[in-house]
Amino acid sequence: MAQDTKGPTLVLDGEEVAFTPGETIYQVAERHRREIPTLCYDDRLEPFGGCRLCIVSVEGGRNPVASCTTRAEAGQRVTTKGGALEMHRRVLLEMVASEQRDVDVDPLSGYASQELSTLVDRYDARTGRFAGAGSGASRPDDPNPFILRDYENCISCYRCVRVCAEQEGDYAISVKNRGFDTQITVEFDGILKDSACTFCGQCVQTCPTGALADLKALAHRAREGETEKTRTICPYCGVGCSVDVLTRGDRVVGIHPAMDGPANEGALCVKGQFAFDFVHHPDRLTTPLIRDDHGHLVPASWDEALDKAAAGLLEAVNEHGRHSVYAVASGRAPNEAAYTMQKLVRAGLGTSYIDNCSRA
Amino acid sequence: MSNPLPDMEKPDVIFCIGTNMTEAHPVAATRLKKALARGAKMIVADPRRIGLSEMADLYLPLRVGSDAALLLAMAHVIAREGLVNEAFVADRTTEAEAFLAHVEEFTPEWASEITGLPPADIEAAALLYGRADRGAIFYTLGITEHVCGVDNVQSLCNLALMTGNIGREGTGINPMRGQNNIQGAGDCGAIPNNYPGFQPVTDPANQAKFEQAWGRRVELEKGITKVKALDLAGTEIRAMIIDGENTVVSDPDREHCEHALKSLDHLVVIDIFLTETAELADVVLPATSWAETDGTCTNTDRRIQRLRAAVPPAGDARPDWWIVSQIAKRLGAPGFDYERAADVFDELCRVSTTYHGVNWAKVSAAGANYHWPVPFDGHPGTPRLHEDGFINGRGVFKQIRYRDPAEVVDDDYPVWLTTGRRLETYHTRTQTGRSAGIDYLAPHEVLEVNPGDVEDWGLRDGGFARMASRRGEVVVQVKATTRSPRGTVFASFSYNDVPVNILTGAGYDPVTDTAELKVCPVRLEPHEGPPRPGAGDVAAD
Repeated sequence: MAQDTKGPTLVLDGEEVAFTPGETIYQVAERHRREIPTLCYDDRLEPFGGCRLCIVSVEGGRNPVASCTTRAEAGQRVTTKGGALEMHRRVLLEMVASEQRDVDVDPLSGYASQELSTLVDRYDARTGRFAGAGSGASRPDDPNPFILRDYENCISCYRCVRVCAEQEGDYAISVKNRGFDTQITVEFDGILKDSACTFCGQCVQTCPTGALADLKALAHRAREGETEKTRTICPYCGVGCSVDVLTRGDRVVGIHPAMDGPANEGALCVKGQFAFDFVHHPDRLTTPLIRDDHGHLVPASWDEALDKAAAGLLEAVNEHGRHSVYAVASGRAPNEAAYTMQKLVRAGLGTSYIDNCSRA
Repeated sequence: MSNPLPDMEKPDVIFCIGTNMTEAHPVAATRLKKALARGAKMIVADPRRIGLSEMADLYLPLRVGSDAALLLAMAHVIAREGLVNEAFVADRTTEAEAFLAHVEEFTPEWASEITGLPPADIEAAALLYGRADRGAIFYTLGITEHVCGVDNVQSLCNLALMTGNIGREGTGINPMRGQNNIQGAGDCGAIPNNYPGFQPVTDPANQAKFEQAWGRRVELEKGITKVKALDLAGTEIRAMIIDGENTVVSDPDREHCEHALKSLDHLVVIDIFLTETAELADVVLPATSWAETDGTCTNTDRRIQRLRAAVPPAGDARPDWWIVSQIAKRLGAPGFDYERAADVFDELCRVSTTYHGVNWAKVSAAGANYHWPVPFDGHPGTPRLHEDGFINGRGVFKQIRYRDPAEVVDDDYPVWLTTGRRLETYHTRTQTGRSAGIDYLAPHEVLEVNPGDVEDWGLRDGGFARMASRRGEVVVQVKATTRSPRGTVFASFSYNDVPVNILTGAGYDPVTDTAELKVCPVRLEPHEGPPRPGAGDVAAD
């Protein structure tokens, strides 16, 4: 029986491994923990085969092939590392790096922003052998407050183009020219606000070089401390996208979409990606307030305010009965807030005089 | 939602009605776009030419408030053309015969008179959905915020029942919930009719169960809705405690709402900002905000997810559950000695039926993926409802009749106003209005008016208009756009300096008390000069 259910196999660096028909060599290799370098690859998107870093040798083939676009086939003998492959990869990285204004960008630029510099270091490709012309023209004229368009650091991997089309469905980003003159742009070569861009930030988060970067996060680059990540849920609509909140010290400095978030699978919208700094707004209430004898709201201690809050409710109960008190729970606060509020009404007053904001 | 979010990529035919998903639930909409890229067909019914309509195979620009007529006629065509899923209807439903007889009179021609849609388009929509192997319905407040909101939802259920488009992958009846924890608030029992887990308060068995859990006998009578409570404010209702809701700006008929809150003897507001509502309070208690709060929330596909604090609270802000518990203790209520959010959640799970199989540790684990109901320990959760049967036995067909909105256009108020959200702003802008950069995209409110109407009504694109309903008036900047059809205008309720909810509030659904925020007859006149100055719009830094 075991023989009958056994799927096809190929030989990966001398080891026989099983695969599912339809898988690419890259997917099989990644599953078996081979560290094949990529720059144009994002596992949410259709394989593109642009950067050629994921080349592998298939026995019998004339040249190495891009593993991301080559289907696994039964009996293939695949080599993922060593020899000429490493040389090819290094030369490719040297050439890519040679066209960049910066290889090193701040990690606050975006989720994938360290991919190029990491690979350049791994392959020791800062040789400068191909130094010369740089490619890509940046767009400092775009005044939008969210997305840096620093195309002098663009490597034309098309991840932004593809994520905008395949993942977001907006088709806002496109390409003009080809070859060395390739330029990522939007309709009529304009600014993002005048295009189909919705500022969801997906292009920023998939960019492997920081050419498209998170301006709001970068504004905190000089802030002291390590960047830490905390997994939570976006505070806006009911879709429940998972996010990693980036903090430095006591400050939220940015948001990364959680690539493994079950509701969003790496996607976010403009609100979830960029509308986070209300948390630190000077308008935040930082102390309880009570209305004084002159009708003004003035700061008070927690005990004072809670006593007054409860006294007013008790007074209503005592004078007008327990049906004179009503509670409204929030659709914006956590379950624990709603649970305690309804329990206050039911266990405290014995009524069900409670609602939430779902009717308006 | 009956079905999980990933199912949105699986239908053959998508039917979106009253949902501006690309703006209100943008990430969910990306899944529909993927389904379309894969070859799915989409019907979009909405009075406005919203983003989804541009992607639709069939766009139905129906008159605001006429949804029930469209849905009745679709049922008529599905029945007439023999597209009823007889096996499903026989096995899983009841009262089909009476329903099928009922819809005989509601022809596409009849619905055309009410909706303004060509009969052929209504036929086409019915055939497309009726012939789908996997047809999925998505709706939002465009269906529910009507005097006939319940009728509308039941009409959608009728369509799903007659075609068997429920309980399978890529099908379902899927309301898109609008707030991060609006699902959870209901789940937790913060509604007048149910204990946590939708256990009716009118059932003596539940009364006994919670008496044992909480040590207090709760009366068997349902409570009243917030709408009723606001009506009774100052008379029967003398004190209120409101958590995290800017009622004054978000609720219909603002003057009535403000008057109601002002006429209370005592108002306690828990919030993160001094909202327009908090400004009316006797006591304002500062809550921790998102990113400062440990807890759980439940999203639109009933997934119970963990919230984790990333930064310390602003100043002396405290978690909502702590604040409420402190007040409860002062009222003499026992059982509020919680030390952590986990204590509260674990108690919720113990008393809830739908959350019974989870606890804090389980929902906190990496990869946790629980859709309620999770009825017992070890249960994997229920991503898709109604797969093996309906909880209440059989799906019941309801005989709906079309009803007009509470107010209809006339000579005095000849224009339909409908309200909703925009992508960049959220609700009353307490948060998005205080996040840097959002103002670059949406600096102020605009009224979306069809260019032909702009001209006919003597308005000017970029100029101002005075918009009045039977309840009040606002001044708003005019934007000429074909997103609005002739005779219908749109504004969001986000901006306090254009308080659109001064105008709304003509009627309420008789069952749910949900306000008819989507339909409000108005009158428009050009307004020369700038809008009224200084109305407290928040300053974004």
